[in-house]
Amino acid sequence: MSVTAPPRVGDLTKEQLLEAYRAMRTIREFEERLHREFATGEIPGFVHLYAGEEAIAAGICAHLRPDDYVASTHRGHGHAIAKGCDVKAMMAEIYGKQTGLCHGKGGSMHIADLDKGMLGANGIVGGGPPLVCGVGLTAKVKQTDQVAISFTGDGGSNQGTFLESLNLAAAWHLPCVFVVENNGYAESTSSNFHQSGIDVAKRGDGFGLPGVVVDGFDFFAVHEVAGAAIARARSGGGPTLIECKVNRYYGHFEGDQQTYRGPHEVEDLRAKRDCLDAFARRVQEMGMLDAVDLAAIDRDVAALIEEAVVAAKAAPNPTVADVLTDVYVAY
Amino acid sequence: MARRITFQQAINEALAQEMERDETVVIFGEDVAGGMGAPGEDDAWGGVLGVTKGLYAKFPGRVIDTPISESAYVGAAAGAAASGLRPVAELMFVDFMGVCLDQIFNQAAKFRYMFGGKAVTPMVIRTMFGAGIRAASQHSQALYPIFTHIPGLKVVVPATPYDAKGLLIQSIRDEDPVIFLEHKMLYAMEGDVPEEPYAIPFGEAEVVREGSDVTVVAIGRMVHLAAQAAAELDGAGIGCEIIDPRTTSPLDTETILESVEHTGRLVVVDEANPRCGMAADIVAMVSQEAFGNLKAAPRMVTPPHTPVPFSPVLEDAYVPGPDAIAEAIRATAGAATRA
Repeated sequence: MSVTAPPRVGDLTKEQLLEAYRAMRTIREFEERLHREFATGEIPGFVHLYAGEEAIAAGICAHLRPDDYVASTHRGHGHAIAKGCDVKAMMAEIYGKQTGLCHGKGGSMHIADLDKGMLGANGIVGGGPPLVCGVGLTAKVKQTDQVAISFTGDGGSNQGTFLESLNLAAAWHLPCVFVVENNGYAESTSSNFHQSGIDVAKRGDGFGLPGVVVDGFDFFAVHEVAGAAIARARSGGGPTLIECKVNRYYGHFEGDQQTYRGPHEVEDLRAKRDCLDAFARRVQEMGMLDAVDLAAIDRDVAALIEEAVVAAKAAPNPTVADVLTDVYVAY
Repeated sequence: MARRITFQQAINEALAQEMERDETVVIFGEDVAGGMGAPGEDDAWGGVLGVTKGLYAKFPGRVIDTPISESAYVGAAAGAAASGLRPVAELMFVDFMGVCLDQIFNQAAKFRYMFGGKAVTPMVIRTMFGAGIRAASQHSQALYPIFTHIPGLKVVVPATPYDAKGLLIQSIRDEDPVIFLEHKMLYAMEGDVPEEPYAIPFGEAEVVREGSDVTVVAIGRMVHLAAQAAAELDGAGIGCEIIDPRTTSPLDTETILESVEHTGRLVVVDEANPRCGMAADIVAMVSQEAFGNLKAAPRMVTPPHTPVPFSPVLEDAYVPGPDAIAEAIRATAGAATRA
C-alpha cells in the first residue's frame, strides 16, 4: 500500500481538463436538481445521490474507452454520466418514462447502458464486483485490452462478493480495477464502526494486489492513481484496489434525515471539501483554464439538465403491454 | 450416427462440440480442469466426477479452475455473458446455490428486463442434483422449482443421454441464463446419442410412453421410475401416458393439457419437496386450465417435506420409488369418476 505523491495537473491537456470539469459539473447539477425534484414527490421510488463524490467518477472514467466497462452501485448516476450515458435518457429513466435509458424498466437503481460499457447501477450492495471479474475474463479470453472497473462503497467492501472478487481477479490475473468509494457511511453506519476505521486498501495485501488510498475529493489525485492502475490492467499487469476517501453531501437516500451526522458536517464538507471548487482553483492557478471557460460549461450544463427535466416530465409513460416484454413470460 | 454413450459422456460431447463451434464458449468452476497450479497434472480431475475430463487439453485457456467462491465465479459468468462470452459455469452441487443465488436471480436473470432489453446474458450454470448416493442433506436436493420461480431464467432437467446432449447445446446457444440440472444417478445411464451436434428446443415435452387411462408427468430421474411403475401397471390394465417436460421453464403446458384432455386423470412425480414444487405447480395449472376434463383429483408423488436424510434406509424411504408411483396411479385410476 502506498499513499500517493502530491498530485500534479500533470500532462492533462486543456481539452481533457474541460471534459473532466464538464463531467463533474454535469453530475453535480444532475444530482442537485434531482434533490429538488424528488422533494416535489414527482419521482417514483428511491434515489441515492452522488453529489460530493464527483471527482472519483470523473477521475477514473477519464481513462476509459467506450469499450471498457464499469459496474456501479446504488449511487450510480455519477458513474453513468462519467461513462458517457445519455443524460436526458438517464433523467427520463429516473422518472420511469418510456424514453428512459432502460425504457422505464430499471429506474435509478438499475440505470444501465451496455452500449456505453455501463453494466448498471446495482440494487444489491456488493452485486457488481463479480460481474467485473466476468468482463475481465471476456477481455482476457478475447485478447482485447479492455479493462473493467468495479465501483463499490465502503458498505459493499464488507460483502463476501467483494472479497471473493479481489481473490478471483488476482488468481485469474484479470484486467480489473476495484474502486472503493469510502464515503464514511454504509447507509447510516460509520466506517469507523463497520471497518474499525482501517483502510480498505490494506485488504489488497491479503489478496496479493496493490492497494492505494487516495483523496476522493481531489480529481487530480484520483486521476493519477487511476491512470497507473488502468494502464497496469490494460497491459496485463493484473488488478488494483483503489480506496477513495470521500463523503457525500446528501443522505443514503433522498428522505434520509441523516441524524447520524455530526453537527455542521455537511455544511463543512460543502465549504471545505468541494471537488469542483478545488478543481476550478487549481486549473486557474496553473493557468490551464480561466473563469470564462468554466462559466461556459456551467451554463451549458445548467441548460442540459433543465432540458432533461422538462423532457422527462413531458415524456410518455411506458405502455402497460411493456410489462411483458424483454423477458421469457410464457408459462 | 447414433451410438450408445452415457449421460455423462453426452454432456462432455455437447461441451466439446460447442467449444469447437464457438470460441466464445468457456467453462469454469471448481475443479473443472482439476489441478491448475498443482505440481501434478493440470487437468487431473476434469470435474469432481470427471464430466469435463479432456476439455482442458483440447481448449487451452477456455477451461478454467476457480477458487471455491461461487458468488464470485457465478457472478463472473453473468458479467462475461453480458460482455461477449458464452460461459458455462459449473456449480458442483445445486445445493451450493445458497452461496451465490444473488448473482443468479438478482443479477443474471434480470439484466435483459431491467435494462430495457439492451442486454443479453447467454450463460449456462451446469449443476448436479438429486438424491440416491447417500450424500445427505446438503448434497442431494432437487432445487429446480426455486429457479423455475424466477422470471428471466430457463430451467432444464434432462432425463436421458440424448436429451442431455441436445438440451445442453440449446442451453449454450440460448441468449438467456439457463440452469442445467444433471441428476447424479443418471450419469452412468447409457442411451443412443447421435455423434453430430443437435439442439433440442426448450418448452417441448417428450411423450415417453402413450396410454389412455392416466397422464403421468415426471421430471428428471423420476421419468425412469415412473416408466417402471407404468410397465407394472400394464399388467393391471391401467394404461399410463408418461410426459417428460424436459424443461420446467419454459413448461410445455400444451402437451400436458392435451394428454389430460383424453385421460382425465393426472399424477405428477417430482423429486423436489412438495411445497411450492413442480408437482404443485403442474397440478395447479391443470386444475385451472382443464378442470372440466378431470375425472378425479390430481395426485402428487413427491418426497416428504423434509431435508434429504443420510442413512440408506432413510434416503430410500425419502425418494419416491416405483411402488409409491404405482400406488398413486392406481388410486387415481380407481377413483370414482366425479359427477
